[in-house]
Formats: sequence, structure tokens, C-alpha cells
Amino acid sequence: MAEVSLGRALNRALRDALAADPDVLVYGEDVGPLGGVFRVTDGLTAEFGEDRCFDSPLAESGIVGTAVGMAMYGHRPVVEMQFDAFAYPAFQQVVSHVAKMRNRTRGRVALPIVIRVPYGGGIGAVEHHGDSSETYYAHTPGLRVVTPATPADGYSMLREAIACPDPVVFLEPKRRYWATEDVELPVRTAPMDQAVVRRPGRDATLIAYGPTVDTALLAAEAAAEEGREVEVVDLRSLAPFDDATVTASVRRTGRAVVVHEASAFAGYGAEVAARVTERCFHYLEAPVLRVAGLDIPYPPPRLEEYHLPSVDRILAAIDRLQWEAAWVPRPEAARSDGGAAADTGPAHRLEVGA
Amino acid sequence: MTTSDAPGSPADPAHLLPSLEPVRLIDPDGTRAAPEAGAGFALPEPAVLLALLRAMVVGRRFDRQADALARQGRLAVYPSSHGQEACQVGGVLALAETDWLFPTYRDCVSLVTRGVDPVEVLTLLRGDWHSGYDPARHRCAPQCTPLATNASHAVGLTYAARRKGEDVAALVLMGDGATSEGDAHEAYNFAAVWNTPVVFLVQNNQWAISVPLRRQSAAPTLAHKAVGYGMRGYHVDGNDAAAVHAVVSRALAEARAGAGPALVEARTYRIDPHTNSDDPRRYRDDSEVDHWRRRDPVARLEALLRREGRLDDAGHRAMVDAADRLAISVRERIARLGGPRPEELFDHVYAAPTAPLRGQREEVRAWAEARRAARAGAPAADTGEEV
Repeated sequence: MAEVSLGRALNRALRDALAADPDVLVYGEDVGPLGGVFRVTDGLTAEFGEDRCFDSPLAESGIVGTAVGMAMYGHRPVVEMQFDAFAYPAFQQVVSHVAKMRNRTRGRVALPIVIRVPYGGGIGAVEHHGDSSETYYAHTPGLRVVTPATPADGYSMLREAIACPDPVVFLEPKRRYWATEDVELPVRTAPMDQAVVRRPGRDATLIAYGPTVDTALLAAEAAAEEGREVEVVDLRSLAPFDDATVTASVRRTGRAVVVHEASAFAGYGAEVAARVTERCFHYLEAPVLRVAGLDIPYPPPRLEEYHLPSVDRILAAIDRLQWEAAWVPRPEAARSDGGAAADTGPAHRLEVGA
Repeated sequence: MTTSDAPGSPADPAHLLPSLEPVRLIDPDGTRAAPEAGAGFALPEPAVLLALLRAMVVGRRFDRQADALARQGRLAVYPSSHGQEACQVGGVLALAETDWLFPTYRDCVSLVTRGVDPVEVLTLLRGDWHSGYDPARHRCAPQCTPLATNASHAVGLTYAARRKGEDVAALVLMGDGATSEGDAHEAYNFAAVWNTPVVFLVQNNQWAISVPLRRQSAAPTLAHKAVGYGMRGYHVDGNDAAAVHAVVSRALAEARAGAGPALVEARTYRIDPHTNSDDPRRYRDDSEVDHWRRRDPVARLEALLRREGRLDDAGHRAMVDAADRLAISVRERIARLGGPRPEELFDHVYAAPTAPLRGQREEVRAWAEARRAARAGAPAADTGEEV
């Protein structure tokens, strides 16, 4: 076992994929000799040559558009968008072609493309370097959208994404690039379309992904000191959504908080809250809450701490999960007391964010 | 081409520049153009000219049939390429079988010329599915609706083919409006930097729906844009099938030989409305259309071949008969087509349906069954009238 950072785990995954399959190509802006601005492609050009890992012209739509053509001709391109907000010029290609080609051609043309996007804030960067763009992609049928939270998942999920017959938007939480884990690579973790329980608990479920999983775990630790056992679910796959794992957890705990960096309004947490409510309504002790980014453009770095979900904001949300009295009885309670508890408890209060 | 020995100094781009006058091999009246109008290009062999005419006769008949089907409500929409047959046919017949074609929604005739089943070509416009043909089988990408976005696909595909050691060039069809898109710029640049064998054939039909070329571009010609990318530009008479074929053939041959991609601007004209939903009288004058009708590409090549004794009435009759047979077959087969299956909506979203999609598929299957049952109890559906 060895301490491996997320960035190095992703680098190793790319290296192993290039070695395993001559049809895998890595390209994008500054991914060649420089090794990418986050060094995720470090050493790949030296090891595999410019034929396999190379710099392209600086044009995101062109990068993704050419990847479409390469995939049409039997390649497995892995392209890098340098930063979340720099990926927007490629949006048309992603939405109109990458996501739809299989569908447009009635299943005759598959596009096994991986689009790597470093995303999210928390690294003190100036504007256009901190966006959480996951909902734009997750909203687009035909794309798989995944995001690892740990180095082991980084390795395993990237290998699986490259081998996947569907296009994958691979969101890398950039502030976790340097976070390490004791792990032996290569490693195979859970399938990339499954959520996993990172920490078990019986009192409430924190639903997080990518950069907020670690924050949620810290919050769960703090909550434990206060006597609440909080479960942490790491979604890993934003599209498709793993209803089974999330539903099972919330039905066990009866309370849920979704945690993400992106703005709350029309954000990914809204979808999670809706799905959880549809499937767990009679198990819920409180409305599903969201701890999310503020509904503002990504703030300047000296103010980003107010925007990003913190342990304290998560703990505050957990406190608001109507612990004083269940306003809706659990189904088993309803059966035993004939529903007498149904009209007790505080009024249903909707809360968003902190 | 002159090149300075000083490192980093630019090469003289003169060899990349297009001619200001479009290359023309046949005059509008069907006589051979003066040699200077041909700018060094030779008239193709008679067999090629006859193939071009045959494909244009068939293509125009198909186009007229599809237009009629749209007006009868049997197609959801039809964007006609009437008047642009020389571009549709001249470009495609210059391709080798192993090459790829990247057409737009206006390029149905190019697909028919390529040998795609015309009924499969019309799948998109009938509204049955987005693309009806197998791209790999015909080496034709799906028809592209968002402008210029398929140009970079051709760059990537030819790049990938070269990596596999295969000699594959690509022809991208685009319109004058599409050259204003950022994706055109990115594709031209990628193709030139990567030196991929792609020919971008811009059918400058003068109108992007209602916007005339003068509001689209201030370039001397659209072909002049090529030089900025270090790419060869060609300017050709888009109503002269012989010239389009000759220019695209040379551009493809040069690209295969490693001279890089090329941008070919073919000056032509969209005789019909943008689609059957458009009203061109709101933005252009009929006299302009009449001017271009007199420069008809099909009549021009027919006149040359007759004048030079390569085509007689019987030969022409055979082409027209083949065109009629194709049109009748398209009409009859379209009339017999059933509707698409609602369950298929879920079949091609992912390689395997996801759990949420399996649930939705089941719901739609139940609705579809209920509707089929209701229809079974009702009088038989009207299958439509003869065209």
C-alpha cells in the first residue's frame, strides 16, 4: 500500500488505459509535455509518444468535435477540458452530438468518449475557475456523468469510463486532486454507476458527491460527537442516478440532506430531493434539505468560503431535520398507534441552502 | 511558393489563394468555357460527364418528389437543394468508395448520389427517426442540422483513419451561413494544423434562410478564408458540375498526398425556399431567382453533352426513365411505411437502458398498447392518396 493522491491515481489510470488499448488517445490543451495544468497527464507524452498524448489547438468545441470523429472511426478519445468554465464552448458538441449520436443513428454509431472536466471551487482561483457545471451535463440524456471523491475511485472509475461504450463526462473535483489515500493501484472499486455508503449511520443521510463527500464525512464525524449517527452516501454517478442505494439509505434513516457546491436553484440537489421524496415519502421525518452553493455567480476566492458547503452549514441543516417530534409517523408507528401522531409536530417548513 | 530561410518567417501564401473568378469549364449556354476560365483545370472525361448528368437528373427528380411529399404532408419538412445539383453531385462523385461524406440537412441529393436508399434518406424528414441509414455502411455521417458542427467530426475521423494506416479522405458539405459559425473556424484550423485530408465544400447559395451573403461575410470570397488557416482555397462555379468535380477531385488528391485540407467555395443558388415552410418573397426578388434559373446546372451539362455528340435523345430518355422509376418507388414505399415504434425511444440512449429508463419504457409501452387497442377498434387508418 502507498499514499496516492487523486491526481496521481487519475494519471495512473490514463497510463494503464493507454498501455492496455492502442485505440485510446489523450489530448487537449497543455496535456502534452506540460502534463496538464493539474499534471494529471504528466509523463504520458514522454512514455507513449505524441501519437497517443498530445496538445491540440486551443478550442474546446474543436477538441470535442474531433473526438466525435475519432470515436466514429473506432478510437477511444479521452479529452481534457482545462477548467469547468472553459468547457462551455464545447457545450454544443456535447449536447447535440456526443450525447445524441447513438440515438440519432438508431444505435449504429456509439461514441466511447471520455470528457474530463476539473470542476468545483475551493482552490483560491480567480473567476471562471470554480464552476460546478454538473447539472448541465446530468440534464442531458445520453451522457453518463460521474465524479470520483477518492483516489481509489479516481483510478477505478476512470478506467471504467474509458472502457464504457457510452460517452462519459468525468468530473474531477479539483480541490481533491492532492488528497491522498492509502491504496494499491491498480484497484477496482464499485461499478461507476453505483452510489456507495461511505459511512454508515441510522439517524440521517447525507447525500454528497465529488468535492463535498469529504466535507460530509467531517460533518458526520462532528455529528457523532453530538450523539447523531449520520450516514454518508457518495453518489459517484450523477447520471444515471442510483435510486436503489439512496432510497435504501433514506428509508433506514428517515432524514436526508443533499450537499453540493453548485447553486441550489434548479440544481442537482433538487433532482435528488424530488427522487427521494417520491420514493421515501412515508419514511421521511422531515423535508429533504439542501446545503448548496448560494444562488450567485461563483464568488471571488476571498469570499468562496461563504459559498461552499462547510461542516458547520451541514451540521446546521442536520439540526433542522425536525428532531423534536415527528410530524409524520413512520409507517410502522402509524400501524401501531392508529395514526394518532399524524397531526403532531411543527409545521412543514421548506428550507433551501444554509 | 517562396520560402525565406530565416527560421520562423512565414511562407508566401500565394499558392493558397483562390481565383477571384470562379473556376468554370462549361459556360451557362453549354459550350466549353475559355481555357482561362478553367484556371488550369481540365474538363473531365466523357464517361465522368455522363455520370454527373445522370446523377443530377436522378437527384433533381428525387428532390422534386420529396418536395411534393412535403407539400402533401407526407414529410414533416423538406429543405430543397433545387439548383444546387452540380455541388451535390460533383462533390460526391469525386469521392472514393472508402472516403466519408459529412452532409447537412440540405444535402439529401448528395446522399442519394452516394447510393443511400432514398427512403432511408427521407427518414429524418418524414419524422420517423433522426437518421435512417447506417453511417458506417455508406460512409456517410448522419445529416447535420446544427450548422458547421459536423466539420470537426470529419477532421477527427480522417485523423483516426490515418492513425490506423488507412487512406480515407472526407468531404464536408456546408453552406455560406455556416462559415460564420465558430465551429467552422475551429474545424478549418484543426484540419490545417493536423494536416488531415478533408475538403470543406461550401455551397454558397447566397442565402442563409433570409440573410444574404453581404450580411454574412466581408471576405473577398468565402474561399479566401482558407489562407488564414494555411489551407488551400478554391473558388468554383457551383452550377458547373464538371468544374465542381474537377476542383474537388484535385483538392482531394492533394489532401491525400499530404498537402493538407482545402476549402472549396462553390457559387450557386438556392432556387427554392429554405424549406416548404419558408416564404422567400419576404426577403428576395423573383427576378434574382429567374437570373439563376437561366444558369441551370442540369441543362448546362446536358447541352454540352448533346452539342459534343456524347448524348442523344435515347440516352437522355434512359436517364429520365431511371429518375422516374426512383421517384415512383420512393412515393410508393413512403406510402406503405408504418409508423415508428414508441418503445424504440429508449433503445438507443445508452448501450444498455439504465434503470430509470427501463421504468419509463414500461410506461410508454403500456400507453402504446392502449392506443393500438383503441385503433384496432376504429376504422382502418387512411393510407393517403396517390401523388
